[in-house]
Order: sequence, then C-alpha cells, then structure tokens
Amino acid sequence: MGFLVAQFLSGLAHASSLFLVAAGLSIIFGVTRIVNFAHGSFYMLGAFVAYSLADRLSGALGFWGAVAGAAVFAGLLGVAVEVLLLRRLYRSPELFQLLATFGLVLVVQDLALAIWGPEDLLGPRAPGLEGIVRILGRPFPQYDLLLIALGPAVLGLLWLLFHRTRWGILVRAATEDREMTGALGVKQTRLFTSVLFLGTALAGLAGALQVPREAANLQMDINIVVEAFVVVVIGGMGSVAGAFLASLLIGQLQAFGILIFPQVTLVLVFLVMALVLVVRPYGLLGRPQAVPRAGHAPETPIAPASQGARIAWAAALAVLLALPLAVGDYALVVLTEVFVLALFASSLHFAMGPGGMVSFGHAAYFGLGAYGAGLLMKHLGAGMVPGLIAAPLAAGLGALVFGWFCVRLSGVYLAMLTLAFAQIVWSVAFQWYSVTGGDNGILGVWPAAWAAPKWAFYYLSLVLAGGGIYLLRRVIFSPFGYALRAGRDSPLRSDAIGIPVKRHQWAAFTLSGAAAGLAGGLYAYSKGSVFPNLISISTSVDALVMVLLGGVQTLTGPIVGAAVFHGLETEMVRHTDYWRLLLGVAIIAMVLVFPQGVVGALERLRPRRPGQAREEAVAR
Amino acid sequence: MSILQVRDLTKSFGGVQAVRGVSFEVGAGELLALIGPNGAGKTTCFNMLNGQIRPDRGSVTLEGRDLTGLSPRRIWRMGVGRTFQITATYASMTVRENVQMVLLSRHRRLFDLWRPAASEYVDEALDLLEQVGMRPQADRPCGVLAYGDVKRVELAMALASEPRLLLMDEPTAGMAPKERIELMALTAELVRRRGVAVLFTEHDMDVVFAHAHRIIVLSRGALIASGPPPVVRDDPDVQEVYLGSGAMFAKEGAA
Ligand SMILES: Nc1ncnc2c1ncn2[C@@H]1O[C@H](COP(=O)(O)OP(=O)(O)OP(=O)(O)O)[C@@H](O)[C@H]1O
Ligand SMILES: [Mg+2]
Repeated sequence: MGFLVAQFLSGLAHASSLFLVAAGLSIIFGVTRIVNFAHGSFYMLGAFVAYSLADRLSGALGFWGAVAGAAVFAGLLGVAVEVLLLRRLYRSPELFQLLATFGLVLVVQDLALAIWGPEDLLGPRAPGLEGIVRILGRPFPQYDLLLIALGPAVLGLLWLLFHRTRWGILVRAATEDREMTGALGVKQTRLFTSVLFLGTALAGLAGALQVPREAANLQMDINIVVEAFVVVVIGGMGSVAGAFLASLLIGQLQAFGILIFPQVTLVLVFLVMALVLVVRPYGLLGRPQAVPRAGHAPETPIAPASQGARIAWAAALAVLLALPLAVGDYALVVLTEVFVLALFASSLHFAMGPGGMVSFGHAAYFGLGAYGAGLLMKHLGAGMVPGLIAAPLAAGLGALVFGWFCVRLSGVYLAMLTLAFAQIVWSVAFQWYSVTGGDNGILGVWPAAWAAPKWAFYYLSLVLAGGGIYLLRRVIFSPFGYALRAGRDSPLRSDAIGIPVKRHQWAAFTLSGAAAGLAGGLYAYSKGSVFPNLISISTSVDALVMVLLGGVQTLTGPIVGAAVFHGLETEMVRHTDYWRLLLGVAIIAMVLVFPQGVVGALERLRPRRPGQAREEAVAR
Repeated sequence: MSILQVRDLTKSFGGVQAVRGVSFEVGAGELLALIGPNGAGKTTCFNMLNGQIRPDRGSVTLEGRDLTGLSPRRIWRMGVGRTFQITATYASMTVRENVQMVLLSRHRRLFDLWRPAASEYVDEALDLLEQVGMRPQADRPCGVLAYGDVKRVELAMALASEPRLLLMDEPTAGMAPKERIELMALTAELVRRRGVAVLFTEHDMDVVFAHAHRIIVLSRGALIASGPPPVVRDDPDVQEVYLGSGAMFAKEGAA
C-alpha cells in the first residue's frame, strides 16, 4: 500500500514538471499557432543555467535565486527567438514551423555542448528540502512534495492571469478567435512576444527545478519536448486545463506503467495518445482548429517529363551506370547512400506532396525496413534476398497499422501522431533488448557474396532505389495518384464525385511506408548493421530536410535534395565537430529564404512557356 | 413520374432550425428552382440531399431508393451530381484533368496504379468542355481561372458523372448578368438534351423566371410556396418575404 502511494506521489511530482513545460507549449501554440519544437531546449537551458548560477551564488537564496534567474533567462531567450525567428514564420505552413524550430533545437544542442561540455551535471539539492519524509512508512523526498504542490499552484496562477488581467483576457481571446488577433494590430506584436516570454520562462523554470532531481544532460530537450507534445495533444492544443489533466494522466501512466511493463512505458504512453486522438481528434479539452491553413500556393499541374528531360534522365543514368569504371570505392559508397536516401526522401515526398500528409516520423518505416532485414538475419539466419523482400513488407505492414490512425487526422495533429508512432518503434528497438539487441544494434548484416563488392552493391542499390522511385512516380501519374491529389486539393469535391479520400490516403501512406522500408533494408546492408538511431527524430527530420531542400512541389526535388543533403553532410561531418549547429542554421535559413527548395527555385528561373508567367501572376 | 422525393426534411444546428419539415418532389426532366433569402436553408437542404450532412428527420428517395444517411460518395454513384455554392475544383490540375478525374471515378478506375491518368478519357473530357465553352482553356491550371469559368468547369464536372439529378447551388453567383443568363440557358439546353432533372438555387430572379419550370420558396427553413413561376411571383407570402429582405422581386418587376 505504502509503495503504491509513494509511486502515485512520484507520478504527481513528475506530472507537475510536465505540466509546467506543456502549459508553456500550449499557451504559445494557442496564441501563435506555432508548435515550438525548441520548447524542450528552453527546459534544458533552464537546467544548465540554474546549475551554473547555483554554482556561483551561495546559500539558501542562492539556489532559489538560480532557479528564478534560469526561468527569466529562458523567458528572455524566448523573446529573442520570437523577435528573430518565429515572427517570420507565423504565416508559414506548419511543417516549416516545426522544422525551423527543430533547427533551433540542433543549434542549442551544440551551443550547450560547447558551453557545458558532454558530461551530465549533477546540481545542488534544494536548501531546506534535502531530506525525506515518511509516508505510510515509505521514504519520500521532501523536494518532490514541493513539486507536487507547484503544479496546481501554477495552474491557479495561470487561471488568475487569464481571467483577471487585461493581458490574460487578450491572450484567451486570441487563442479562441484568430480573426480577433488580426484585428489587434500593433498590440498583436507585443502580445505574441510576451506570450513567448511566459511560455519559455515556464519551460526554463521546470528545467531549473529539475536540477536537484536529475543531472542536467544534453538529451533532456528532446525527451521532454516529445513528452510535452504528447501531453498537449492529449489535453488539446491551446488548452491549459487540458494540459494539466493530460500531465496527471501521463505522470501516473509512467509511474505505474514502469511497474507493469518496465520495458515499454513509452509505448504505453504513445498508445494512450493514439487512442485519445482516435476518440477525440482534438484532444480532451481541445477544439477543432477553425481554419485549416492555406499552406503553400497552389501547386502547378504535374506534367510527364518532356523530351529534353527524358534525354537528361537517360544521360544521367548512363553516367551512373558507367561510373564504377571510373571512380574508386569511396565515391561508390557515398553514391550508394545517396541512392538509398533518394528513395527514402521520395517515399516521404509521396506522402507529403501528392498525399498531403506531413509525416514527422517517417524514420519509423525506414527503421522497420532495416530491422525487418536485420532481425530476419539475426534470428533466422536469412540472407540478403529474403531480407530485402522482408524490408518493404515489414515497413508496409507498420504503415498499414499506423496509417489507419494517421489518416483520421490532419495538420499538426497528424504530424504529432506520426512522430509518436516513430517514437514507439524507436523505443521498442531501443528497449526490447532480447530481440533487437537494444542500443548494441544488430551487427553483421552483410550483403550476399555476389553483392559484396562495392560496385556490385552500387548497382543493386541503383536498380532497387531507382526502380522504387520510378514506381512511385508512375503511381503519382496514375489515376490513383490523381485521386490522391484530388483528395488533398478538395476533400469536399472528392467526396462528392465518389473518391474514397481516406482509403486513398491510407493506401498511399502504406505504399510510402513500404518504399521507405525498402530504402531502410538497403541501408542496413550497405552499412552492415542496424541501430535504433535509424528511427530517431533526427532521421525523420533528415528526410524532411531532403524533401524540402529539393522542393515539396516538385517531383525531382527529393532526388536532388537527397544528393545535396548527403553531400553536404558528408563534408560537414568531416570538417567540423559542430555539424548539428551548421545543420540547424542551414535548416532555419532554408525555411526562411528558400522555402520552395532547390528544384523549385530553379524552375522559377527557367525560361517559361508563353502565357505561364501571366497565369501565375493572375494566381497571386 | 417524380425522380426525387423529399419528405419532412429537418435539420438544426445547435439552436438554429436551419430546415424545418421540408417536402417536395422533382419531376423527371424538370428544372426546379429553390429560392429564398440568405440563410433560408437552401444550402443545408442541398447538403442533406447529397449526403454531406445527415438530416435530423425526414427522408430522401431517388427513384424509389432511400438515400437518407448514405455518404456523398454512394449518393453520387446512384446518379446525383452536384455543384457547390463556393466552387470546389482541383487547383493543382488542369481544367481537362478536373473533368478526367470525374470520368476516372465514374469508370471505377481510381485504384489503377499504372496507366497515366492524363491520357485517359481525353476525348470525352474535351467534348464536355466544348459543351460548356471551356475547351480553349482545357490546358490551363484550374487554380488560375476567372470565377465564372470555374463555375463552367463545375458544370462540366457535374455532367461528366452523367447524373440523373443535378443539384446546382447558385450556379451563376459571382458572374456578370449577361454571363448568368447564358450559363443558365446552356444548362437548360444540356439538361433538356440529356433528360436530366435539375434542382437549383439562385438569387437572380431574372435567371429563375427565365428558366425554371417550377419554383419552390424557402423562408427560415420552411417551404412557404410552390408552383409555376407566375403563381409564385404573385403569391403574397413570397412577396412579403422578399420585400422584407431585399429588392430582388422589385428588380424583377422593373425589368
Ligand atoms: N454547419 C453549420 N453550423 C451552424 N449553423 C449553420 C451551419 N450551416 C448552416 N447554418 C445556419 O443554417 C441556416 C441556413 O443556412 P444555409 O447556408 O442553408 O442558407 P442558404 O439559404 O444557403 O443561404 P445563402 O443564400 O446565403 O447561401 C443559417 O442560419 C446558417 O447560419
Ligand atoms: Mg447557400
């Protein structure tokens, strides 16, 4: 009994920290409509800054001063981020907002690494609360009692702020009614900035308060932000009370889940989220997003490759076929990876572009493909050919199951759900040690003897990846692909002319997953190993960056994007320790100055057929 | 013989009773106008007829088959085409592809993963576009057309499904007066040739009186009159509704 109570209380303490972070995220989303991926970075910085300040200041006031200082620091940084970055993104599609703020995550990670170093930093205990109390005979940290009280206290203060002050009433009005935010004019700018201060200060506060409980480390940001996403999505985007309820739910789920399924608490958490979203697509206390955002400018119609383009493709293919005669193994290995990534990016593009489903967790299917091949080898001793058949099947099956949930949602909720599913797959790969080998991965996933020479595997990848990309392209031009785009352009019209929109999306999601799985399988054999980080958020983001780099609205974009991205990454990793910083800056720059991608930009430069320029002008 | 029978159709949104106990029939080959002031419930009626929203009460029967509660997809397959008050076409496709999309669906080719869609049913699509006068613009993206032209494309798309009943929600809204008369004349002609029944809503009384065979009048969700145009025009209830809400009948009187 005592044990259960202690477990319950520690669940409450965890819920409190979670609530502080999630409330900030939710408030920011409510007003700015931006899902701030970097929210966890403010939490992490809060912890690091509190650690450093507590080191300098001394005494009882020192610790609390450090906590307050860290919160204010995070808030001020939030203001800077709003002024310099977010302000430019308010009208961008959700995907760009997620990506740009993820770029910020990468930047902060490397800066934190440079300033505080790679070691975990264990901070001081809170003066006066170092001890334990006994609850039904069980020891319980005094400090956690403080945290438990803090959650409801902050909820109460926020309620007062939102209902009793002019500023708070404005915030609520802005959250509930977009039009009215527009009508605020100049005040809107100040409102947004101040909301960022409040939201990020809450995250910083939560991070600082965490210092006595766990060592500050460089993984804190992603861990907390994913959890906060879950909370906010379950509670309903923009609802503080919803965030509170959901934090309690998640806090307890983790406290007790760890007793029942120690290996799969994360899975449990994400499953609950998926279920909540199926029953209540806008979360427990959320409301439907009023106007779906108008995303990009309307895409121009697709056209089959012109004569010139066909010749160019044939020439490129001829060069690629002849290349092994001319270049060494290193270049072949890099190019093989480019082929694989091009297929991966094309599969994501298929879902995002024609399908209109932004997947923020496409790494799940890449990883399922790789693990499908790897596990078959590890447990059944299967060779490469069965492995490469199993890869798209495993991933396709995963996409079939996850897709059933995903096609029910759209916009941010869809992005969050795909992310959640990717985290499920990741945590299974990471935690199910006996089957997947955990973070030791699976080694010795080598190609069959005939495909072992670098040039042979190069050809194999060229054929399979090239074939996969060709098939996807063929589907885009087929009636199925047209119906898919029709469902994206106007679900209303599509429903009224007999197109089963959801079924098409589901099928497309599955196909896209299977293609990503084939890429994953090839990747496994090219590396000879499979690790959980194949399924990490960064892998998903890499794929998004490749697609955007090439341009979402173009068909060759993903291929060009994969080539440019992989080339740059290979170079960057060779020359700097701070590649994440560079990548982060590059992502932000890309979103801000170059949103139509490389191929999109080139197409704009190309001389156009008569009349086209005029038509585009009319379209504006 | 009537093709569509509507019985006691009722729908409220929260406290608003948008449609109250509406019953009417559409005869084969008939051009029936549904008129009424803004907010009278016309679009809501249409949405219940094509399955977009489910009525609280009442039934819709098409040639003896009950449509109530079916999805728009099923109802479309049973022969009910529709154009929208706020146009809904595919902006990322060309005009011709918009029509081809309907043809592909009608021929149940939506799960074909292989053959290039753009080269299917080309002649049929161009022929339909010819009929609505959009053939010269067949290769333009639908997203860049003038509003009146989009309405024509919608008509071609509706005809492409070979409906037996066509629902047209304000087919001429947003067009110049001359264009309106032309488009409606075109619709009337096509409909006559194909023997399609049409139910349309329209605010322009010139258009209504020029082409409707019969008119039904909706006010605050309830039917207040029905009959041939001259009868409806002289109905005191109808005149009152229109005098209270706008000058449309006055305009008609002047013309
Ligand atoms: N989805 C909805 N939710 C709430 N109220 C609705 C909804 N759709 C329609 N209404 C209300 O129902 C009533 C009828 O609306 P409807 O659009 O059917 O009118 P209408 O006759 O088509 O008008 P108009 O001539 O302006 O197109 C109006 O009061 C409208 O506000
Ligand atoms: Mg209407």
